[in-house]
Amino acid sequence: MPDAWQPKIDPYLDSELSADEMRGMDAHLRECPSCASDALRRLQLKRATRLAGQRYAPSAQFRSRIEKQVAKKSHAVRRWAWVPALVAPVLLLAAVVTVGRWYESYRSQQVLAELADLHVADLASPTPVDVVSSDRHTVKPWFQGKLPFTFDLPELTGTGYTLVGGRVAYLQHEPGAHLLFDVRAHHISVFIFRDTPDIERGFPARDSRGRVLSFNVESWTHGGLRYFAFSDANPEAVEGLCSLLKQAGA
Amino acid sequence: MPLFDSLYNFAHWLTQNRDEAEDLVQETYAKALKGFGTFQPGTNFRAWIYRILRNTFLTSRTGLAASRTVPLEPEDDQEQTLAVSTETPESILLREAGQQQVQAALERVPVIYREVLLLCDVEEMSYQEIADTLAVPIGTVMSRLYRARKALRAALAGKMREARHA
Repeated sequence: MPDAWQPKIDPYLDSELSADEMRGMDAHLRECPSCASDALRRLQLKRATRLAGQRYAPSAQFRSRIEKQVAKKSHAVRRWAWVPALVAPVLLLAAVVTVGRWYESYRSQQVLAELADLHVADLASPTPVDVVSSDRHTVKPWFQGKLPFTFDLPELTGTGYTLVGGRVAYLQHEPGAHLLFDVRAHHISVFIFRDTPDIERGFPARDSRGRVLSFNVESWTHGGLRYFAFSDANPEAVEGLCSLLKQAGA
Repeated sequence: MPLFDSLYNFAHWLTQNRDEAEDLVQETYAKALKGFGTFQPGTNFRAWIYRILRNTFLTSRTGLAASRTVPLEPEDDQEQTLAVSTETPESILLREAGQQQVQAALERVPVIYREVLLLCDVEEMSYQEIADTLAVPIGTVMSRLYRARKALRAALAGKMREARHA
């Protein structure tokens, strides 16, 4: 039966709970199979809505018409309203900066949400990986011919981390590697994609660290590739694996 | 124009018509340019321009017709948000339903709920941004979202039943 946590599942998936509540919900979902399965169903619906909702694109003619309208209006402002025009560039610049910053943040949040979905959906799957092996010399070659790039994996013996396996994942129509690692009772997903202009725009910084839906996330670039690590393990555990991967790729 | 594509997508979902969506976006940009002085830098530009688009839609013929569709249940009740839902198993539905069926189900959701779903799940706005855009309290956003998702699940289940009997 649903419990007191159940009504908080939607706000949790919408990232609207406080940090304390998010942590509480994380812990609850690990212990309550009923809420965990409800959360997964809702996440699937949310994801399906997002994909289905991105349906309509403006025509090139319409885009051009609006661009002309905006340019014409800006010209009219320059010609007739020279006093406000002294202020307008400042406002416009501030708006451009605001929109630009928001857009960067929007892009990065979109990418991270997509990866969080992949991480959660894979863990809920009975076959989370397509190549099952703790041997890096088995997992890495499996990706040959499946990805337009290659990557290096570290030797994990004695580090506390175990390679579980991998599969091909897609992010914004780009193929990449989804690798799964274990550390104690936790799973860490590592995604590797080409650092395309689309992804780069959302992550202008080379390295970043943070939290998405209470998952600890670390991201970095190396050799034209963008790496993302996702886990409910503590930040130090995620950072430890990331350091090993960075050393392997260096 | 980074918001152009998403504004157009939102406009098309609201109007369900390409020509009307283009008119709506064009009028939104005209109003935004004219009233740009009223925008305060540092405040939420996205909520501001979406609010212009939505207000413009509500005064259009299609918008006026849509706004006459009044929800049967009261909107300000937090208890509805807290109520236990009788879940349709989305995992089964979504596994069987293709993207087109989800889109068709979304079309069936009343505009008042469709818009809040689009702003939350497609545009990924926070509840506060949605509240600013729709000019309603956050509690209303939450209860509309609850009902919107319930309506979407019901519409999806209906589409799947139709598909099975076709």
